[in-house]
Amino acid sequence: MAQTAIDIDIDEIIERYPGKPEYLIFLMQDIQAAFNYISPEALTLVCDHTGVAESQAYAVATFYNSFSLEPKGENLVQVCLGTACHLKGSGLIAENLMRSIGLDEPGTTEDLKYTVETVNCLGACALAPVAVVNEAYQPKVSSPKLMKTVKKLGDA
Amino acid sequence: MSKISVSELSQIQQKVEQEQALRQGQTGAGAHRMHLLICGGTGCQAAGSIAVYEALKAEIDKQGLSGEVAVVETGCNGFCALGPVMVTYPEGIFYVNLEEKDIPELVESHCKNGEPVERLFYKDPSTKKFIPHMKEIPFFALQELIALKNRSLLDAESIDEYIGRDGYKAMAKALKEMSPEDIVAEVKKSGLRGRGGAGFPTGLKWEFCQKSPGEDKFVLCNADEGDPGAFMDRSILEADPHSVVEGMVIAAKAIGANQGYVYCRAEYPLAVNRLQLAIDQAKDYGLVGENIMDTGFSFELNIYQGAGAFVCGEETALMRSIEGKRGMPRPRPPFPAVAGLWNRPTILNNVETWANIPQIIGKGGDWYASIGTEDSKGTKVFALTGHVNNIGLVEVPMGTPLRTIVYDIGGGIPKKHRKFKAVQLGGPSGGCIPQDKIDTPCEYAAIVEAGAIMGSGGMIVMDDSTCMVDMARFFMDFVQEESCGKCTPCREGTRRMLQILEKICAGEGEAGDIETLEELSATIQEASLCGLGQTGPNPVLSTLRYFRDEYEAHVFDKKCPARSCVALLEFKVDLDACKMCGLCFKNCPVDAISWKKKEPASIDLDKCIKCKTCIENCKFDAIY
Repeated sequence: MAQTAIDIDIDEIIERYPGKPEYLIFLMQDIQAAFNYISPEALTLVCDHTGVAESQAYAVATFYNSFSLEPKGENLVQVCLGTACHLKGSGLIAENLMRSIGLDEPGTTEDLKYTVETVNCLGACALAPVAVVNEAYQPKVSSPKLMKTVKKLGDA
Repeated sequence: MSKISVSELSQIQQKVEQEQALRQGQTGAGAHRMHLLICGGTGCQAAGSIAVYEALKAEIDKQGLSGEVAVVETGCNGFCALGPVMVTYPEGIFYVNLEEKDIPELVESHCKNGEPVERLFYKDPSTKKFIPHMKEIPFFALQELIALKNRSLLDAESIDEYIGRDGYKAMAKALKEMSPEDIVAEVKKSGLRGRGGAGFPTGLKWEFCQKSPGEDKFVLCNADEGDPGAFMDRSILEADPHSVVEGMVIAAKAIGANQGYVYCRAEYPLAVNRLQLAIDQAKDYGLVGENIMDTGFSFELNIYQGAGAFVCGEETALMRSIEGKRGMPRPRPPFPAVAGLWNRPTILNNVETWANIPQIIGKGGDWYASIGTEDSKGTKVFALTGHVNNIGLVEVPMGTPLRTIVYDIGGGIPKKHRKFKAVQLGGPSGGCIPQDKIDTPCEYAAIVEAGAIMGSGGMIVMDDSTCMVDMARFFMDFVQEESCGKCTPCREGTRRMLQILEKICAGEGEAGDIETLEELSATIQEASLCGLGQTGPNPVLSTLRYFRDEYEAHVFDKKCPARSCVALLEFKVDLDACKMCGLCFKNCPVDAISWKKKEPASIDLDKCIKCKTCIENCKFDAIY
């Protein structure tokens, strides 16, 4: 499905910005937002448009946390590991969640159902420990609560 | 919308001021008899404020009050712990933890019949008494607001509301009446120091850039708030984005820049949206863009969204990132004031610094300098979090003792059986201040002397369930992960330090590890290229300074005194300490604990997943 989406939309995204090297990150952000990852084909198109060498674009893509070169799962779960959340046990919550869906570390499940990411701080410390499931903030989560929310998404 | 002149600006101000007078407790001047200001900051939104806001509007319509009662969605109110929160004017009554189902009663009783709803008031955790008025709640009463002066007082998405609160008046003054030198002199006089962490005098920075030769100059705002546990900048951008825009235009005039960027974290979507809206509105009014207010001065402002790299909070790395490259720092000099973005003279200040500027220009540098202490002028905004009752945003005059913030404003430690242990300031570049130094005043020099840094404003309170070795490991993990890899001391050194700390927390520490940590710290501090590495070992050094015995307990006795490091816990019940209350049994998520009334609990280690829920719930420290 993602492949057809690329055929349809990628040219429109590329044309949003002038063909100059300084628009590299803008383009990659838009592609990441549209497809959840940056495919090798997309990266080549970006490089042709901006005149940036592929090696350099790759260096940029791997430097910033928000870019992914691999497809992400249907459901994105972000567990905050900021200081306030850490104090309230978010590390264990993330571990328990990953264990329950068969992940050893943050990443995407084989069936592409879930991606679990740990993030540094969402700046929502009053809600600690906090997780974001498909862009919806989950305040004061516990392991059982988060696992239940996430499992429900998978069953849907 | 067309461009507005100075006289039109003051017309808007007078008109809106009348309506807003209600929010100062004055009745009769505006169109409505009552204003309901509901918080729409990230914290309150996550707690359900949007649904409450919609319900409020619908209910007010339903009860036929829409001509009399106005509902306004504001930015972050600051008291995030109790969201969704709402303030009503002219009474100034503060409602907390609102839910949709409370709304019909609230509208009927409070708005229609003039009878406030007591059960939704703030309840003081120590006296258990309701405190109806916002200004009497200690959390608010002890604060002094400059950078946050408009918080919960205006609709963050309306430029007119900002103008009603003297918005863009200082900018008009700076553009029409002041020379660039006058502006710099006023900022220098104020004594304002950069609020992003380093504390460099703002006026001096501007002066350097003003004197740098060059046609093209840039004004940048650092909104890449990356310190974990800090949300001051997010809240300012969400609640009062125009104050940042106004501050930046004033600086642009001072240094002669015609272009600026706000570098904002993409993790803050609400802040980005509100800021974009603010910039668009300011452009519509001609307060940003070509020939601002017919002064001949032009300034373009755009947002640049960060792509998620902590090191981009460092000024030279941030500029690289805007140029579309890997955000890696470079050696200074040359400083950005001489060669910054695209190698042009550039000034970069953080969000809170910018939010102070309009008032410094409006009320004068002397006024600002009269607040605070000899060493540190003005106020500082802190994000108070962790093991503290009143989590939220706090602005206090410089010099306020930490004790006042933690206990009087913060309301102390939530769990009764826990004690205050330390407060962490300055995030991964900072350190912790222990119990016996809690009277340290919040000013740059005193905090450094106590072993931390002022930092950008993250203030994390920790109770005695916190393991200081684990905290050091946590921050080192962060620094190591975020090290950009350019210079060896930071890249390799932080990795080695993290490995040692992980080993210690896993119960595999050896004699000599602590000394190696100290040696590595000294080298990394000395030899790293940028602030990230130079300050990275601070959390380790400050915990070693005050809690060396905890490190030694981990290394030599294989014990974690705070009962936090899982590998050093046995998950057994101390039969002497157990009071047989059954709380561990009731909270265990995997039924690994057996317990009967009047019998001590016991833990089945085969079933136990070591999640520590029992330890967190035990009030008697009976599980070790």
